[in-house]
Amino acid sequence: MHAINYEAPSTLDQAVSILKAHGENARPFCGGTDIIIQLRAGVRRTEHLVDIKKIKELRNLSFDAKKGLRLGAAVPCIEIHENEMMHRMYPGLTEAAHLIGSLQIQNRASVGGNLCNGSPAADTTPALIALGAKARIVGGKGEREVPVETFVLSPGRTVLGPGELLVEILIPAPSPHSGDAYLRFIPRNEMDIAVVGVGVAVTLDGEKVKSARIGLAAVAATPLLASKAAESLAGKKLDAKVLEEAGRLASEITSPIDDMRGTAEYRRHITGVLTRRALAIAAERAKKN
Amino acid sequence: MAEATTNGKYKVIGTRPIRHDGADKVTGRAKYGADYTFPGMLHGKVLRSPHAHAIIKSINFDKALKLPGVKAIVTSKDLPSVANKLEQAGEMAINPHHLSMNILAHDRVLYDGHAIAAVAAINGHIAEEAVRLIEVEYEVLPPVMTVDVAMKPGATILHKDLRNQEDGDKQTNVAQHYQFKRGDVAAGFKAADYVVEREFKTAMVHQGYIEPHNAVGIYSSDGTATIYCSTQGAFEVRSFSAQVLGMPVGKIRVVPAEIGGGFGGKTTVYLEPLSVLLSKKTGAPVKLVMSRAEVLRASGPTSGSQIKVKMGATKDGKLVAAEIWMAYEAGAFPGSPVGAGAMCIITPYKVENFLIDAYDVVVNRPKTAAYRAPGATNAAFASETVIDELAEKCGIDPIDFRIKNGVKEGDAQTVGPPFKRIGFIQTCEAIKNSPHYKSKLTGKNRGRGVASGFWFNAGMNSSATVNIHADGTASVVTGSPDIGGSRASMAMITAEVLGLSANDVRPVTADTDSIGHTDVTGGSRVTFATGMAVYEAAQDAVKQMIERASKVWEKKPDEVEFRDGKFFAKGNGVPPMSIKDLAPRFSRTGGPITGRASVNGRGVGPGFATTCVDVEVDPETGKVQILRCTIAQDAGKAIHPSYVEGQMQGGTAQGLGWGLNEEYFYDEKGILRNVGLLDYRMPTCLDLPMIETCVVEEANPGHPLGVRGVGEVSIVPPPAALANAIYRAVGVRMLETPMSPPKVLKAVLKHGGSAQHSAAAD
Repeated sequence: MHAINYEAPSTLDQAVSILKAHGENARPFCGGTDIIIQLRAGVRRTEHLVDIKKIKELRNLSFDAKKGLRLGAAVPCIEIHENEMMHRMYPGLTEAAHLIGSLQIQNRASVGGNLCNGSPAADTTPALIALGAKARIVGGKGEREVPVETFVLSPGRTVLGPGELLVEILIPAPSPHSGDAYLRFIPRNEMDIAVVGVGVAVTLDGEKVKSARIGLAAVAATPLLASKAAESLAGKKLDAKVLEEAGRLASEITSPIDDMRGTAEYRRHITGVLTRRALAIAAERAKKN
Repeated sequence: MAEATTNGKYKVIGTRPIRHDGADKVTGRAKYGADYTFPGMLHGKVLRSPHAHAIIKSINFDKALKLPGVKAIVTSKDLPSVANKLEQAGEMAINPHHLSMNILAHDRVLYDGHAIAAVAAINGHIAEEAVRLIEVEYEVLPPVMTVDVAMKPGATILHKDLRNQEDGDKQTNVAQHYQFKRGDVAAGFKAADYVVEREFKTAMVHQGYIEPHNAVGIYSSDGTATIYCSTQGAFEVRSFSAQVLGMPVGKIRVVPAEIGGGFGGKTTVYLEPLSVLLSKKTGAPVKLVMSRAEVLRASGPTSGSQIKVKMGATKDGKLVAAEIWMAYEAGAFPGSPVGAGAMCIITPYKVENFLIDAYDVVVNRPKTAAYRAPGATNAAFASETVIDELAEKCGIDPIDFRIKNGVKEGDAQTVGPPFKRIGFIQTCEAIKNSPHYKSKLTGKNRGRGVASGFWFNAGMNSSATVNIHADGTASVVTGSPDIGGSRASMAMITAEVLGLSANDVRPVTADTDSIGHTDVTGGSRVTFATGMAVYEAAQDAVKQMIERASKVWEKKPDEVEFRDGKFFAKGNGVPPMSIKDLAPRFSRTGGPITGRASVNGRGVGPGFATTCVDVEVDPETGKVQILRCTIAQDAGKAIHPSYVEGQMQGGTAQGLGWGLNEEYFYDEKGILRNVGLLDYRMPTCLDLPMIETCVVEEANPGHPLGVRGVGEVSIVPPPAALANAIYRAVGVRMLETPMSPPKVLKAVLKHGGSAQHSAAAD
């Protein structure tokens, strides 16, 4: 591996100015669980790594009943898993964060990093999409907020321009009678990358669905928001037929590939299965909230 | 620590002392090949082919050589020309020309990852950058990835000079055709009431040892070389390296380091000759360590295969005929284990009429190496699935079917000679009587499957010395690298003979100059053959000490007896003497005591195993969850039962991984896509239950302690047992490994959607 400069600024301003100074030649660096592997394998090349873990604002994890959740880009997954509030308010996202790699990896890896890596198979991204999360970005021409479902442009590429940095992820507070869930399919029981990942959030009105959102991973070049499938649920009771139809509509928007993790045909099938199963779990949770 | 032995005959054998190498391993002090470092040492990296099949038109390393810190670059031009024919190298026959071409590609690359050049630099990063700067011009050829494509008339040819015994002077990718037959197959099938004929495919899989290959080579100005490496066979590394480098064997010393797993994959050389070559060119020690991607791309996995099995049985469940066609991927050079597979495929059963045709086929994949019972697992996946189907047709419990047809002492092996005492039926009975098989499996989509396996086991050459220390303790020195707890067993055998405790014997694995020739740790042979040498060396030490005791007592040797670690003089009331009492007198009675033995291990006892597995299949995803697994295996005599059980569990775990998710995944260009353990899916601890073991002890009459090899046969039954369990869970016969979720789902959907079956054990 070639030599790389490493810097660890303690303020957001410093980080942005370093990133701006080096433009394309710098990458933010958090847990390093993706970028170090990519650098070593030679699939990415960069001259400067800017460690963002020492910036206080990026380590913030706080919840406000009105404003919702602020999840700093450098909060390690393990802190989410160890936070009782997260289990209560966002169990689906919490499960997704706890599925990444192993415990050791979760000590380093962050949800923000998972998003910025730009993988279509990221576990937490569909969970964020389901929750209607927004990414707050600084640097570039100023501050902006981007819905998570539009954050990834293609495998490994995101909306972040040179000098831009993801500061935090903003998630609305769940409405009453809401629940979320994330399911991924892997051939083994751990240490794997999603063949398909499905995140859902459901808000109920009595027995019927008031609204829902469905996020999909590993079934297209980017994570997807399955709007049609989600909208098909509105005003309906989640019986087998309704679930089946939502699953079908979700798999309809996928454009998966054949690779060592599964065939396109298999991924489409599993999208339907997981959508049904995740919706059922989320609805059960919503009934209790 | 040591429990009382369950076998009254022995005091140490059959107990479970803590392994001698344990403390250093758990504290991180144990020294593996990659841990070695020497003053002035350089680091090497290998340039590997990005193509599966191509002619090398030119190699230009001017730029790489100019990079500051780069000391030397070698290509095949630095290797001597060697014989293109099979030559003896220890007990194994190798083709030095093929080996040389695998170490560094000569004029063409034959697989993705094939080594082309090696760089030595002052650190690994510079060496890596230098590798990137080497310019190679290729003429890319079509890749030949599977045996059916390779065997087609007009197929692209890998080796222009390859011929087989049947096709005359025709160019071919078939390196060898083996045939085994007995009786009259047509008449056999005529007598059959049921005939099952199936075609199977198994994917190429890797041993998955955690420690990558490594080597440090030091070439001295006197023309000798020393190699430090993690290997299963220091003497093989010596002879193979000598062949490739054109050096006399006596000029090379190989020091075996601790080894982080081998399973057959560390019985050949990759980096070792390169380390010496680079050291010779630079005058400095050179270390090379593979990355995981290099291990997967360019070490030696085991063959993928295509197998057709047709078997017939009478209504009452007697096997009467078998016709088998099998072709194994050898990789880029001849030498798949298809011959062994053919000699194992129906060996557990008495079949009077059979015809087995087996083909060794070269393809554009890495040259295969040994993997735990090489060839037998592929074979058993096919035959044991067909046996299961025949048992079902006959309406006989699959275990009873095996007991009815299973081989016993006196029955003929596939290769002809009759079996001596064996324990196959006993492994079937052990499963039949196990709490697992007796339990009722309930729940939807669950099923129970059984399968059996056979493996020859090996004997070969081993040497041992037993040194008695001044304090009456001992060391036992062998040439067998310890990959499965064998040092503990060697110490225990020594302790048993000398009447010491296992802790009083220190086991050592020596380098090639410090112990007599000892063949590879492989073929489940160490506890058998090296154990035999150790047993005899300890006896030799006892014999010498009896003479010394007789000198001390001024008696004749035959008037002194040795039992329970003490010397007794016959007759008068002289108090007995322990080894501890005698040891200080060695010097005055003739010098130190060293017991020695070298053996050629005859009397090998073959191994059998039977495995039972319960699964639950998710009919919507095709995912198979293993609920419970039990293996019964004949160990002959378990020296250290924990390590026998460990071998049984380890082989089972690998067999289950092979069955479920492991596979080499090549794209259409012949490039390996899953070059890491993320996508080369071995089972993790969450994927397997605790594997239950039944150790059968049917003593091997060919060994003084009754030992038979236990290292390999456990891997043979699991893929077939899984296939049989899946069938009983969801009603589909899986004919292909890995039985990964997409394949199982496809079969389930074809079979009629998410048909739910109730669990049935029979």
